[in-house]
Amino acid sequence: MSAFVEFLGDYTLRTVALGSALLGVTSGVLGSFAVLRRQGLLGDVLSHAALPGVCLAFLLTGTRTPAVLLAGAAVSCWLGAAALFRVVEETRISEDSAMGIVLSVFFGFGIVLLTFISKRGDAAQAGLSTYLFGQAATLVWENVVTMAVLGVIAIAAVALWYKEFKLLAFDPEFATSLGYNTRRLGLLLTSVTVVAIVIGLQTVGVVLMAAMLVGPAVAARQWTSRLGRMLAIAAAVGALAGLSGALISMSQPRLPTGPMIILSLTALVLVSLLFAPERGLFWDRRCRRGRRLRRPAADTAEEGAP
Amino acid sequence: MSSRDGAAGPPALAIRDLTVAYRDKPVLWDVDLTLPRGMLTAIIGPNGAGKTTLIKAAMDMVPTVAGTVEIFGRPYREQRRLVGYVPQRTSVDWDFPTDALDVVLMGTYGELGWVRRPGRAQVARAMRCLEQVGMTAFARRQISQLSGGQQQRVFLARALAQDAELYFMDEPFAGVDATTERAIVELLKTLRARGKTLVCVHHDLQSAPDYFDWVALLNGRLIAAGPMAQTFTEENLVRTYGGRLPLPAGAGAAPA
Repeated sequence: MSAFVEFLGDYTLRTVALGSALLGVTSGVLGSFAVLRRQGLLGDVLSHAALPGVCLAFLLTGTRTPAVLLAGAAVSCWLGAAALFRVVEETRISEDSAMGIVLSVFFGFGIVLLTFISKRGDAAQAGLSTYLFGQAATLVWENVVTMAVLGVIAIAAVALWYKEFKLLAFDPEFATSLGYNTRRLGLLLTSVTVVAIVIGLQTVGVVLMAAMLVGPAVAARQWTSRLGRMLAIAAAVGALAGLSGALISMSQPRLPTGPMIILSLTALVLVSLLFAPERGLFWDRRCRRGRRLRRPAADTAEEGAP
Repeated sequence: MSSRDGAAGPPALAIRDLTVAYRDKPVLWDVDLTLPRGMLTAIIGPNGAGKTTLIKAAMDMVPTVAGTVEIFGRPYREQRRLVGYVPQRTSVDWDFPTDALDVVLMGTYGELGWVRRPGRAQVARAMRCLEQVGMTAFARRQISQLSGGQQQRVFLARALAQDAELYFMDEPFAGVDATTERAIVELLKTLRARGKTLVCVHHDLQSAPDYFDWVALLNGRLIAAGPMAQTFTEENLVRTYGGRLPLPAGAGAAPA
């Protein structure tokens, strides 16, 4: 036990654990909206689109300072989103195909740049490829502070425009009829999602980041039928996955943090899918007969209501 | 725009030379339609006739190729707050994590504008709207647990919460049970008695003459529009539906 406490006092560990938890909270909240808008894949596109930004930022500035590289990532993420929306609006290409195109083009370009940089063989390039799968061990306290600031901005944006984001996710047509510019509103929500993605790039990396957006939301939806609670539970699930993944990977030599976080998250998602009351598969199977009997009763209640 | 004395002032809806196309395919051609205040109007026509497009174009929700729309004498942009909307029930995902009251509250978002949240006054109004559709007991019910008819009533309550003068409703009777259908008819008549103007996309030719007092027959072009008795004739229906009139006189189910 005392060994565990000592373990927690460790600087690297504390930094990594806190950073991973922060990433889980923001991606849980923003991912919930993506999932409810049936845009789970959007996160995948956006995070892959970050890679060329990381590389270009390095090539232009010659520095590996995370803040600079993440700024580049945010810009190319956002350009990826803009390209995606443009393709969907201006062409007859369907949304899923457009996502496939944008994802591959941006990621392919990113890999080309990454290879080009590594072939140059200067010492400074070491570490850029960690943005592929993330490497939490490279986190320093300063990075965690940056992540926290970005996280607060993202969560504050959701708190501020909660009503608008909810309306956009549930009934965009009605939003339009009320006079909301749903295009602009969608772009705003996507921009906040970009912030959430940028927070996770160092820890989880561009390839696995999409799971951090989708997983907590899917798990949370199993436990509640209220949006506010869903956001809170998704944040908690994301934080728990980040924390436990980081702790497990740090407790053993040669376990990567990012993938461990995703595996912890997967375990939480599986438990939610199987055992959550009412929506869980296990519950569903046990109660299917009972539910069939209860349905007609609900309809009689309706007849009596007016 | 608070005058409710029927014929006085500009018409509730005045559409002139409206043409709408999706990509290169024209959906509405040169539609002229004027609806007086305080009427219950049905928009009737075959599938793909542009009925939904017509009400969406009237609310500035789809781009138009040509034409103008005026609501109580002024463009929609200036009159938005006077217009309520009930989309097709199937246009949203009813598994969304929210309850009936919360959906009805969305009807108050227009007056709240950006950022401001609904407060006690809005909640009280939303509850009154739920009461008008007989759904008070279901206010806190998750929306996926409501029957189709109950979901439709929630949508109607949301439109009531908009407190509008002109309502567009897209197939409010689609897929609802007989109880809800009666409740909706009562509600429409109550609204008319309060001087509201209602425009409904409607599918059932059988019930149309009983429920509505004005009709617009549409098939890409506007075939005919006017008071039900003069306009809803077999000749006009044949012209609207071509040879494929779905209900020859006397056929089909008797109205409930």
